[in-house]
Amino acid sequence: MATVTYDHASRIYPGTERPAVDQLNLHVEDGEFLVLVGPSGCGKSTSLRMLAGLEDVNAGRILIGDRDVTDVQPKDRDIAMVFQNYALYPHMSVADNMGFALKIAGKPKAEIRSRVEEAAKILDLTEYLDRKPKALSGGQRQRVAMGRAIVRNPQVFLMDEPLSNLDAKLRVQTRTQIASLTRRLGVTTVYVTHDQVEALTMGDRIAVLKDGILQQVDTPRALYDTPKNVFVAGFIGSPAMNIGTFNVVNGVAKIGQAQIPLTREAVAGLTAEDNGKVTLGFRPESLDIVAENDPSAIEVEVNIVEELGSDAYVYGTLKGDLAGADLASPTAGDHEVIVRINPRTAPGKGERIHVAIRPGQEHVFSPSTGLRLSN
Amino acid sequence: MAQNLQITASSPDPALLDLPWDIPLEDWPTEVLAALPRGLSRHVVRFVRMSGGVIAVKEIGESVAYREYELLRQLSRIDVPSVEPVGVITGRADKNGERLEAVLITKHLQFSLPYRSLFSQSLRPDTATRLIDALAVLLVRLHLVGFYWGDVSLSNTLFRRDAETFAAYLVDAETGDLHQKLSPGQRTYDVDLARVNIIGELMDLAAGELLDEDIDTIAIGDALVERYNELWSALTDEESFGADERWRVAARIERLNHLGFDVGELEITTDIDGTSVQIQPKVVDAGHHSRRLLRLTGLDVQENQARRLLNDLDSFRAATDRQNDDEEFVAHDWLSGVFEPTVRAVPRDQRRKLEPAQLFHEVLDHRWYISEQQNRDVPMPEAVASYVENVLRHRPDEMAILGLPPDAADQQE
Repeated sequence: MATVTYDHASRIYPGTERPAVDQLNLHVEDGEFLVLVGPSGCGKSTSLRMLAGLEDVNAGRILIGDRDVTDVQPKDRDIAMVFQNYALYPHMSVADNMGFALKIAGKPKAEIRSRVEEAAKILDLTEYLDRKPKALSGGQRQRVAMGRAIVRNPQVFLMDEPLSNLDAKLRVQTRTQIASLTRRLGVTTVYVTHDQVEALTMGDRIAVLKDGILQQVDTPRALYDTPKNVFVAGFIGSPAMNIGTFNVVNGVAKIGQAQIPLTREAVAGLTAEDNGKVTLGFRPESLDIVAENDPSAIEVEVNIVEELGSDAYVYGTLKGDLAGADLASPTAGDHEVIVRINPRTAPGKGERIHVAIRPGQEHVFSPSTGLRLSN
Repeated sequence: MAQNLQITASSPDPALLDLPWDIPLEDWPTEVLAALPRGLSRHVVRFVRMSGGVIAVKEIGESVAYREYELLRQLSRIDVPSVEPVGVITGRADKNGERLEAVLITKHLQFSLPYRSLFSQSLRPDTATRLIDALAVLLVRLHLVGFYWGDVSLSNTLFRRDAETFAAYLVDAETGDLHQKLSPGQRTYDVDLARVNIIGELMDLAAGELLDEDIDTIAIGDALVERYNELWSALTDEESFGADERWRVAARIERLNHLGFDVGELEITTDIDGTSVQIQPKVVDAGHHSRRLLRLTGLDVQENQARRLLNDLDSFRAATDRQNDDEEFVAHDWLSGVFEPTVRAVPRDQRRKLEPAQLFHEVLDHRWYISEQQNRDVPMPEAVASYVENVLRHRPDEMAILGLPPDAADQQE
């Protein structure tokens, strides 16, 4: 068991100017499940490979526990890359499939057996230990692969998009299994994914990266409720947050006719660079249907209604005089706003509805810096 | 049909459209399958007959499929021995509209032999060593061009006969990554993983009683690490010597040529007073002999086959006393007077069992063997006839190892 620390760790590929990972500072607690997430090219896999020893650290250092491993060979770091390779051997029993690496390492037979049995108990594979892999289901095979890593008793598990080559059903199943297993084992785990839903459902904490720079590291709840900047706000959540830039007059943001009062704190945070504008974010579920004459009513023309059974989402266009306002949701079209509505009273296509942001549920950012201005 | 197929391929074959994409690969009808032995894979893989050839179809996640397709394309472009990608098909759905996994399609490598069939053919005991040597060469070549494999194993490699040795080809690039230059960490991780995987695969063969009990699986795995390290340092180490020993520059280049590599760039530095010289190869390319043979004869064969053919060309030159003639002319005469007649002398139905260069190599071997035995110089036509009668007739067809029912071929389930 150990902590993992990135201390101003950078990776600069030869011939490039911008670091792939730029001065990463990150501390993973002992036994914590940390997810690195971000769009492709954000540096998440590179960060993981730096920890694995597969990528040089050009500046800064990396520690596992108190030990500086920056220049330590991968195999001497006491880490396990899980699911890197998990073709199972057909002639070998499940127990041998899990323990063969220990045999290669010259561990005594009795020790191998006891470690394998212990892992099998955690993995619910005890009754299959003496069978051949062909008797296993897809999910059980995945667990054998996991068992290979567990029997080695590593200090840290590393997983790089381990579910990317599974089909959708097995992916969700394995996701839950990995999350509960690693917690039962209490092994520190660093997990890379590009999928924010996977990140939210699995991580104790999530580190969001973009362009090699750590944007925010927090619990899933905190990332969702108080994103530190516009990027995190748009990246976390599905469907994504509606984000737009609007004029501010006397401490009030204007979305068409609608008046959204800003907190004093938020207004104080605006500077001359913001040009009298503010960036507002509001999640689809933070909008309520209101009467047309409500002072904070935003008029929306319905383009499409997405029915999901328990919920429905309206994808619509803002109407009224927007005076140069610019609105977009990363999961909708330009100038489109997403509203969660009660599926039983869903409006039809082309209808106009009026919605208001539930007070206090708006996210206020500076247009010039993209940083959050209010709590 | 509820599917909206999307085919990505550099030169799509319309015959692709006729395959039953609305059926999960696992359930494809036997009629379309080619009975080739399958390796160990975490995915469903099937060999399929198409347009007179054989393709390998692998079901795999869409993004991973595109990624691997691109990587394989890059690898073929930079001339690394690997399987040739054909394309990616997405948008598959079954008859009920249920989404099916994307597939990656590669060409089946003709005359290639998976390690499982090599071991189960009860070959000579040093087969394992020769396979390991071939894999070490492949791994070094991949690492020289900056390719990190991430899952080196015998299953992810195919072997082709290369004179008395084997040449290894990369089959599965799913976990791979092309970098500008690999760090020592990446290289050692790859080699270490290769060792563990190879030992695991051999242990599996032993558990299935396909491997001789006396074979020390761990020693074979260790041998890979050793061979890799030897070759890597021969190709990349810096060497230092006194300024009066300049012959060592030429000696180093010759040594690399002997290992089958050309030196594309050699860095030579001297210290300030010029008393010592350091040399370090910066760019080395595999295929020294095969390039030379290609230039002289147009024959495109593997490295050790080329070495053997070039040796025969050299003895032809000496025997015909043409040391002063242009090498190209001699090579032309050797090709039309020795190589081609020898291959043609093999009956057509037997000829397709092996690649021509491999046939020629084996005939040379056989001639040496019977000449020794009979204590005379057996002429070529006689040697060919004897080889066909006593050796080739008893050999399996290796163009595509056929004759196995698909179920027996399947070694995964």
